[in-house]
Amino acid sequence: MADTFGTVAEIISSTSDVPLGDIRPDSHIMNDLGVDSLAFLDIAFEIDKRFGIKMPIEDWLQEVNEGRAESAEYFRVGNLCQRIEGLVSRAAAPAV
Amino acid sequence: MRLEYFQMLDGIERLDTAGSICAIASVPAASSVFEGHFPGHPIVPGVLLLETMAQASGYMLLALDGFRRMPFFAKATEVNFRSFVRPGDRLSIEAERVHDGSGYVVTRGTIRRGGARVCDAQMMFRLVAFPSPELERHVRSEGVRLSFLSPAEASDG
Repeated sequence: MADTFGTVAEIISSTSDVPLGDIRPDSHIMNDLGVDSLAFLDIAFEIDKRFGIKMPIEDWLQEVNEGRAESAEYFRVGNLCQRIEGLVSRAAAPAV
Repeated sequence: MRLEYFQMLDGIERLDTAGSICAIASVPAASSVFEGHFPGHPIVPGVLLLETMAQASGYMLLALDGFRRMPFFAKATEVNFRSFVRPGDRLSIEAERVHDGSGYVVTRGTIRRGGARVCDAQMMFRLVAFPSPELERHVRSEGVRLSFLSPAEASDG
């Protein structure tokens, strides 16, 4: 988790000009860090590349927009890191 | 090319469903664009060359996605205009999908003239539902003009 958080924080900082020290696990990427939708696409692109995954952002946004999930479940940095680790684990799991 | 109408592509030479395209375009000998850009030195504006690469990318994404969603140009990086493009030039436009994200796609485009690269860029697109039926009809009719869709397929949307 610590490595994932460090990588994600560095990505957020370098793509959106948010100072690295301002990014904490409980920071909400949009609400607290002020990341706009275009900057978030940059972040998603870097995370997808760096971790070799495809974050299902559309599904997450649909759940949020339909009231089936709180945006913090996906877009609070610590929660996002957990999602990333889950996606990495599934990507690494052998196919059955 | 019909520069005044942002109709940048004349035809498609190749579409690879793995995620690449090659299109062709001929720069018109005369256009009102050249009256201002520039008097005595007519060249295609760089922004229109970027638009040309974006359209090649966009139609590739439309074709790969069955014309279900509209790719909106969101970002360009590493844009290089390497030489002037003049009236009458015949261009080859290549684009490839670099990354297929969730709701967004990153592509890389290149324009060549006589095999020589004249400009290139990396581009990002958001894929969203068509915001208006009129736009969807227009894009699908362009899809017919460029031979991505049959007239029957264009009216199915």
